[in-house]
Amino acid sequence: MDDALSAEAEIVPDRPGALREFWFYFRENRGAVIGLWIFAVFALLAVFGPWIAPHSATQQFRADALVPPVWQDGGSWKYILGTDPLGRDMLSRLIVGARFSFFVGIVVVVVAATGGILVGLVAGFAPKWLDSIIMRIMDIILAFPSLLLALVLVAILGPSLTNAMIAIAIVLQPHYVRLTRASVLSERQKDYVTSARVAGAGYFRLMFITVLPNCLAPIIVQGALSFSTAILDAAALGFLGMGAQPPTPEWGTMLAEAREFILRAWWVVTFPGLAILVTVLAINLMGDGLRDALDPKLKRS
Amino acid sequence: MLNYVLSRLLTFIPTFIGVTLISFSFIRALPGDPIVVMAGERGLSAERYAELSAQFGYDRPIYVQFWEYLTGVLQGDLGTSFVTKRPVWDEFFALFPATLELSVCAMIFSIVLGLPAGVIAAVNRGKFFDRALMSTALVGYSMPIFWWALLLIIVFSGNLGWTPVSGRIDLLYYFPDATGFMLIDSIASGQDGAFRSAVLHLVLPTIVLGTIPLAVIARQTRSAMLEVLGEDYIRTARAKGMSPGRINGIHALRNAMIPVITVIGLSVGTLLAGAILTETIFSWPGIGKWMVDSIFRRDYPVVQGGLLLIAVMVMVVNLTVDMLYGVINPKIRKR
Repeated sequence: MDDALSAEAEIVPDRPGALREFWFYFRENRGAVIGLWIFAVFALLAVFGPWIAPHSATQQFRADALVPPVWQDGGSWKYILGTDPLGRDMLSRLIVGARFSFFVGIVVVVVAATGGILVGLVAGFAPKWLDSIIMRIMDIILAFPSLLLALVLVAILGPSLTNAMIAIAIVLQPHYVRLTRASVLSERQKDYVTSARVAGAGYFRLMFITVLPNCLAPIIVQGALSFSTAILDAAALGFLGMGAQPPTPEWGTMLAEAREFILRAWWVVTFPGLAILVTVLAINLMGDGLRDALDPKLKRS
Repeated sequence: MLNYVLSRLLTFIPTFIGVTLISFSFIRALPGDPIVVMAGERGLSAERYAELSAQFGYDRPIYVQFWEYLTGVLQGDLGTSFVTKRPVWDEFFALFPATLELSVCAMIFSIVLGLPAGVIAAVNRGKFFDRALMSTALVGYSMPIFWWALLLIIVFSGNLGWTPVSGRIDLLYYFPDATGFMLIDSIASGQDGAFRSAVLHLVLPTIVLGTIPLAVIARQTRSAMLEVLGEDYIRTARAKGMSPGRINGIHALRNAMIPVITVIGLSVGTLLAGAILTETIFSWPGIGKWMVDSIFRRDYPVVQGGLLLIAVMVMVVNLTVDMLYGVINPKIRKR
């Protein structure tokens, strides 16, 4: 008898944990899973790059400048993807370069999201006049094309990868403010917030513990999107000479250095750009999967 | 309706003042004293410095300078370039047609390809065509366009020799700019081959600048179409026996266009940001290249004025889109 009861109890399924539920929906999207794998490789390269790379990223093999990749005439297995005009190994530079893009993405998303969420929460809970002021300031930042604003900010701060990250974070931050504020405003109307307030929760508790967890889904999706935007913008700034400075093997900077050789050595131009494209594409694929898995409206349909 | 327009216009004013303040203070924050930069390598004496400082008004309190700048801006006075000594306003509008021509071509390119692609993908939802188109769109959306430009140059200019690498027209042809739009001017000049040359110069920059808007429009059209295709009135039309072409092309597309138009309007900022990279790579003499060159030359009045004019342009376009949206969709106006 007892056995039968316990067996019955086992059949009643537990509500799956939030993480498992998320993974269930994420897995549906094949592109997103592929994106996740590519991103995992990218993250590994970012962490262990210098130990994986066959050569040093800055060592110049002067005798072997502009060696083509291995499958072309004149290529050798020593330099699988060829060498650049200064005789540095392309593959090693690309592998070591992964950490710059990864770092840019992480720092920009963390800085922009933290700042944006805080300001957005304040705007959502503040009296109308303060809310208006905050949103007008965000409108002002959004009125400038993002790359142009980042470019001018970097010109002020001085060209370097750190300053490029700061500039990009400032430019991307208003998107988080708008998203957070919009979801705070719709959540605030709901009964559970009223009941928490009636129970005596202070503003601080209402903001961070009651409301914020319910606003996170769109913010996480935005995080994936701005990760890829940050990588693209940092590479663009590097390409214009306003990001990481040579001899840093940052992908955009590598492209800028390679520009004059485009008609003589296609591989110096092709591979860094391909690295940027594949990384950004993988993150965007993941972002699409995240959106499908986190957006309850899409789930039901 | 009038109330809606007025309230939208009212929010424009503080944003405009803020944008002016930002472009004004950015330039004060740039490293290097503008007068020392202007003097160049010759250097200058203390008296001459004071004289110039007074001439440009740099010796007065900062709020007085801002007030004068703001009132100057409203009268169309944005200062004078340190390098060319010409008014910033004149320089901007001399170069603007080049950017406008490129942007309009890029926009036409992306709409002409993006709308049908989105519609076809939505109608064939989940099938091979849909997957292929949307994968391509995602690649386009993730494209680092400065690299894309270099690749196109390698293939079409280097290997095939079809298109020129830079500029707006071959040096062979010379004619005064009547309108500033090379496509129109080259026809008006009546010179043999001038128009062909202008078109060939436009092809690659148009593709490069249009790639991201193309991907965005295709994705947006697809999702808007999918939403509309699920509506009851589409099912009614289908039940009445209307042909699929008529349902998709007329009933669905018309309503799907509303969000798409917004996206098209809002991509003006994206286009201008893209123009910075595209124009720099193709040596296209427009606003984007002018801004980058001025930043490198530390030509403060140009950076300040250009930043302001570009921001105001984006704001005006966004405002217009907002209002048009209100005209098309009465639900928004009421709010």
